[in-house]
Amino acid sequence: MSYTFKWSVLWSGQSGHWLLQGLVTTLELSALAWILAVALGILSGALRTVPFRPLRWAATFYVEFFRNVPLLVWMFFWYFAVPPLLPRPAQDWVFNHGAEFWAATIALGVYHGARMSEVIRSGIGAIPRTQFEASVAIGLTTFQAYRLVILPVALRLIVPPGTNESLNLLKNSSVALTISVAELTFQTRQIETYTAKAIEALTAGTLIYLVLCVSIATVMARVERHYAIPGLIARVGPAA
Amino acid sequence: MDFSVVANNFRFLILQGLIGIGPFIGGTLRLAVPAIVLGFALGIAVGLARLANARWIRVPATMYVEFFRGVPLVMVIFWIWFIIPQLLRLPIPEYGVALTAFVIFEAAYFGEIVRAGVQSVARGQVEAATALGMTATQTMTWVVLPQALRNMVPSLVTQMIVLFKDTSLASIIGYVDLTKAAQIVNNREIRPFELYLFIAVVYFLCTYSMSLLARRLERRTA
Repeated sequence: MSYTFKWSVLWSGQSGHWLLQGLVTTLELSALAWILAVALGILSGALRTVPFRPLRWAATFYVEFFRNVPLLVWMFFWYFAVPPLLPRPAQDWVFNHGAEFWAATIALGVYHGARMSEVIRSGIGAIPRTQFEASVAIGLTTFQAYRLVILPVALRLIVPPGTNESLNLLKNSSVALTISVAELTFQTRQIETYTAKAIEALTAGTLIYLVLCVSIATVMARVERHYAIPGLIARVGPAA
Repeated sequence: MDFSVVANNFRFLILQGLIGIGPFIGGTLRLAVPAIVLGFALGIAVGLARLANARWIRVPATMYVEFFRGVPLVMVIFWIWFIIPQLLRLPIPEYGVALTAFVIFEAAYFGEIVRAGVQSVARGQVEAATALGMTATQTMTWVVLPQALRNMVPSLVTQMIVLFKDTSLASIIGYVDLTKAAQIVNNREIRPFELYLFIAVVYFLCTYSMSLLARRLERRTA
């Protein structure tokens, strides 16, 4: 192997600036998409339990269809296929205001919303029905039973798989480079293009992701331990 | 909206893109099937290594899993894409790059599933096998793994579906899978809505039938 390392490419020129910008974009994209995903997850998770059938079907369709199609396809779909359907002025506005970033946010948020929905549903499903019946028996209304008994327990059960899924979202934000959002992976590639030093650039990008993921996982592991319910330690939700 | 673009390019999208028969080396299935088989095989090794008593086996295996679970797949694909030609001093086709990246990456996830599966087998089973005079290898092969495999089915299929979807990322380095095939057609026809919706449906049919199959399998083995 005749490769000459030149680590200084990472701090000379614009590399450092690009990496920092990429990191900020990755965090912004992930945070916005996460909010969207959690909102959609809660909404569709709740709708899948209501007695009105068409709503239930719509929610099930959303979850099954969106989580079973690759994120990359959704990126292309929201970026290339949806804007041309908008009226002309709206199209111009979108393309003048960072269309790729918003397309990526929607793609990531809608895709992970479907996956979050499964996490939330299995969290609520893991609580024995008797808990609800006991709450009603001691005189709580349905709303109170959910607010005071079911949801506090469900939220604590959701912490581990929810963390897992949030980290998946963060890592998946790298797919946004395909529609040229200047996030971390994109900037890593840019450094490689400008300096022809692939190993150095990839090492820098990889380490940033690794530090980000490991530190979030470490913090959440403490949160998890703090909120774990004795006797209900089993992890719920899909494995991946 | 005009779906005739799909009908006109149906052969290219399905034969070349999904299956891999055509002028290009490509195909989602041609990449996904070996990636699943090899990834799972390496995953068994990684999962068992994580449970090994010897530290020098357990620690590297744990680091392997933690590393690949903390890095995006796109990053791993780029690594393989740049590193292998440097190391071997010869160009590697996209197929080789993509397959290597998927096997290495997914083995970390399969490894965790195997580990959880093995740990879910009751301790008494191992003790009973030992009492019968079985060696450690025999116990693992004939007693623990068959039962572990049965417990793993649901998460295993979930991971296979994830891998199947992930193969679309091979299009980033130019491998002609279903996603790339749609991109190629779209460059000529400029019909993104119809084309991307169509491949979304094709992906959905593949993955959803995998999960239906898994549900049946679960009921039979449970």
